[in-house]
Amino acid sequence: MINYFKYSEDNFEQCMKCSVCTAYCPVTTVNQDFPGPKQAGPDGERYRLKDIKYFDETLKYCINCKRCEVACPSNVKIADIIQVVRLKHAPKNVSLRDQLLANTDKVGKLSTKASSLVNGLLRARWFKSALDLTLHIDSRRMMPLYGSHDFERVYKENYEKSQSKFTTKVYYFHGCYVNFNYPQLGEDLIKILNASGIGVFLLKDEKCCGLPMIMNGLTKKALEHARNNINIIKKVVDENYDVLTTSPSCTMTIRNEYANILNLDTEDIRENVIMATRYLYNLVDEGKIKLVFRKDFKKRIVYHTSCHMEKLGWPIFSYKLLSMIPGSKVTMLDSTCCGMAGTFGYKKENYEFAQEIGTLLFDRIKKSDPDVVACDCESCKRQIEMSTSYTVQNPISIIAEALDYETTREANKNN
Amino acid sequence: MESYDVIIIGGGITGAGTARDCSMRGLKTLLLERFDFSVGATGRNHGLLHSGARYAVANTEGAAECMKENLILKRIARHCIEDHGGLFLSLPEDDLSYQKLFVESCRKAGIAVEVIDPKEALKLEGAANPNIIGAVKVPDASIDPFRLTTANVIDARRHGADYKTYTQVTELILSGVRVVGVKTINTKTGEKREYYGKTIVNAAGIWSHNIARLAEIEIKMCPSKGTLLIFGHRINNVVLNRCRKASDADILVPNDTISILGTTSQHVSFDEIDNLRVNVEEVDLLLKEGAKLSPRVATTRIIRTYSGVRPLVANEIGSSGRDISRGYVCIDHKQRDGIEGFITITGGKLMTYRLMAESVTNMVCRKLGNYMPCQTAIKPLPGSENNVEEIDGLLTFRERAVKGRHGSMSNAIKKGDKFDNALVCECEQVSTAEIKYAIESLEATNLFDLRRRTRMGMGPCQGQLCSGRSAGLLSEYCDIQKDPLGNLGSFLNERWQGVFPIGWGDTLSKVELTTWLYNGVCGLDSYVHKENIPVDKRIL
Repeated sequence: MINYFKYSEDNFEQCMKCSVCTAYCPVTTVNQDFPGPKQAGPDGERYRLKDIKYFDETLKYCINCKRCEVACPSNVKIADIIQVVRLKHAPKNVSLRDQLLANTDKVGKLSTKASSLVNGLLRARWFKSALDLTLHIDSRRMMPLYGSHDFERVYKENYEKSQSKFTTKVYYFHGCYVNFNYPQLGEDLIKILNASGIGVFLLKDEKCCGLPMIMNGLTKKALEHARNNINIIKKVVDENYDVLTTSPSCTMTIRNEYANILNLDTEDIRENVIMATRYLYNLVDEGKIKLVFRKDFKKRIVYHTSCHMEKLGWPIFSYKLLSMIPGSKVTMLDSTCCGMAGTFGYKKENYEFAQEIGTLLFDRIKKSDPDVVACDCESCKRQIEMSTSYTVQNPISIIAEALDYETTREANKNN
Repeated sequence: MESYDVIIIGGGITGAGTARDCSMRGLKTLLLERFDFSVGATGRNHGLLHSGARYAVANTEGAAECMKENLILKRIARHCIEDHGGLFLSLPEDDLSYQKLFVESCRKAGIAVEVIDPKEALKLEGAANPNIIGAVKVPDASIDPFRLTTANVIDARRHGADYKTYTQVTELILSGVRVVGVKTINTKTGEKREYYGKTIVNAAGIWSHNIARLAEIEIKMCPSKGTLLIFGHRINNVVLNRCRKASDADILVPNDTISILGTTSQHVSFDEIDNLRVNVEEVDLLLKEGAKLSPRVATTRIIRTYSGVRPLVANEIGSSGRDISRGYVCIDHKQRDGIEGFITITGGKLMTYRLMAESVTNMVCRKLGNYMPCQTAIKPLPGSENNVEEIDGLLTFRERAVKGRHGSMSNAIKKGDKFDNALVCECEQVSTAEIKYAIESLEATNLFDLRRRTRMGMGPCQGQLCSGRSAGLLSEYCDIQKDPLGNLGSFLNERWQGVFPIGWGDTLSKVELTTWLYNGVCGLDSYVHKENIPVDKRIL
């Protein structure tokens, strides 16, 4: 009856108290008020089981980077434990600022409708100071700018019709960033895949993955979005299609957070939601497609591993894919957090912490002085571009730039 | 030559309670303890604040006594008690007619019980076996015996009592037919001393048998070993009991950050009581029976096992274990054996320590012509003077944990710089300041004492990180500690002893990490005496 190696549901009890999680936590080094993942996670959980009055306010400093989980030798889901308990005890009234930051899709939809006005405001110093004063969104931050058309519209107008001619077919979960801020990335992906003989389709009624909501205590909203996304993804997965993504954070949320934090069943869809770089690399590696690159493309690239990419364990695919470009010289930077952590960095109270966490990364980039920084994560892109003088591009965009479309199309003609 | 009104032998809860009562009544009191406070049965039980329900069927009077003391302790020792209530569960294999008898007996003993629907019971405690067919609510609670003993000692000290730990009584000094004093030896330094007193109280628990022999008096005691398991965290938040005739593994108590499952009952000889070992059969039995109470027992990480000896007094030859009454005896050896100035108080249980202390102090006072009334049931213990304050949201997590442990005494713990606030024991949230407080104000002289005062080393890592840190603090702040490395080694070995019988899975990996740290990295094994120590007692 007694199985000596059966793990209980209480995953935290597998903690060996080795403290390696705390050693890898980017927050603990800059913020003494944060007790660190070991304390906030497994150690705190024992006290919270005893009495919930031991819930600790300082858990709000956790940026959910998951570096603790990657470091843990005992597979304790430390950051998940912290997010779950935070959601459980989130204050009922979420501030207007946090709601604005968390509702990336609603705010995005409104902003794209009046993008020139919004972008003008978000660039204006007086407006940023007003945001700072009223909402405590730090005025030193570079604000995200919005595209004039959202990606879904761009797709409908320019790409939708031509996709059905391909026999191979994938779906693309574009996420809020591609939809509202940078449709170009979505277009880049479609161009590469089309040249490789693969048609790209969008999911019907895609919603924000919900991570910003989880991080800002909007549980109900996050659940609503998650259920919607699981449903729409399941529909295409049932027909044996893969769902590609270009954002590591959305990917991680769908693959891990829906199940581990929101307690939803994702078993049917999990394995089919993959980053586009991994998908592409595997196809090339298996000889199913060929990518041919321009001879005149020459760039020194450093690859920065975003936290959630690290958690997925897939930075190697982006790195290897970039290395396929003959004219590229790709260096992988030692993995460290940029400090932005999605909505965290926008909040006035976190600005200094965010910048201090990022210092290590900024120094590494400056020291290697590349032509371009490659990074899968849009949040890192904003932070690095604001804090250094370097341009950050998604590996997909770099591939799109280096690709010789004519020859590639020719090479994949028979697919 | 030092002379006292009363000398109490034994620093368990009975001795500590007696010292408090005697000193409160104005007697010049000395408390002697062979090792440290609460090392015997006091610190080796469930930590269950019985409502008496468990004894109701067999012993109405004893149960009523329990209930009365239960209410008193909830008043005077608030900071040692968590009042979460209890349930008596009937499983499909149990007889529901026993539940009827049980409820009737409880009501007869004045215990407020309530039969509830099994579904309601499961709502109350999700960890309970979902197959239960009956449930009775009882006013059980949990109590921290270490804190309780310490609080009694502190109060005795406040009333002028002296106490000596690590002081073993080797001889009773007789003048004719009167015991007039004791000869002692310091178990650490070997220093020999004599203390004289008008009355000597033998409150040495199961060892009362040995102390009485020093005066050539025979007390028939029946050492009964009970083994318990500690789970790494709270499985349940309500005390779970089996509603059947008292048997093995039928109580699961949530206590502080952990849950404790017990017990077994096995007769042991007097040769074994200083050298108890938990064996595999006991662990298997506990897990098998315990999993019926709560299925979580089978899957939750066990961090430790321990056993204690019940100081049962035999009233007739042939009876043993659970059949013997848990009642206490207070023997005036003048009447029984013709030896004057010598009283033995033994038997009983943690629950009734205050009552035992009261009756033995009454006897002492009668002999000395002191007519002060007993006040121990009225005056709260140090730490529980104020109403339990709502835990302040402004306090840090650690401060809340400290407040939970020391009650109003936590104000004496320095709050201050980074060093004071730094955590020593991360599992149990013990800070440098708390360790310093235990060394300076609670007579902790080594790692073992520190553990009993603060819970340091009691968490799931069993001293992996905190024992090294504490050893450092001890050598800095405690003048008496001459061999911090040796002490650290024996502490880690002692922790291993409790882990050995349940050494599998995650718990075993954790121990492995501890040995790598202390042997592999620090080379501690070269400082530890290890000849002739068997493997189950030696990790270094």
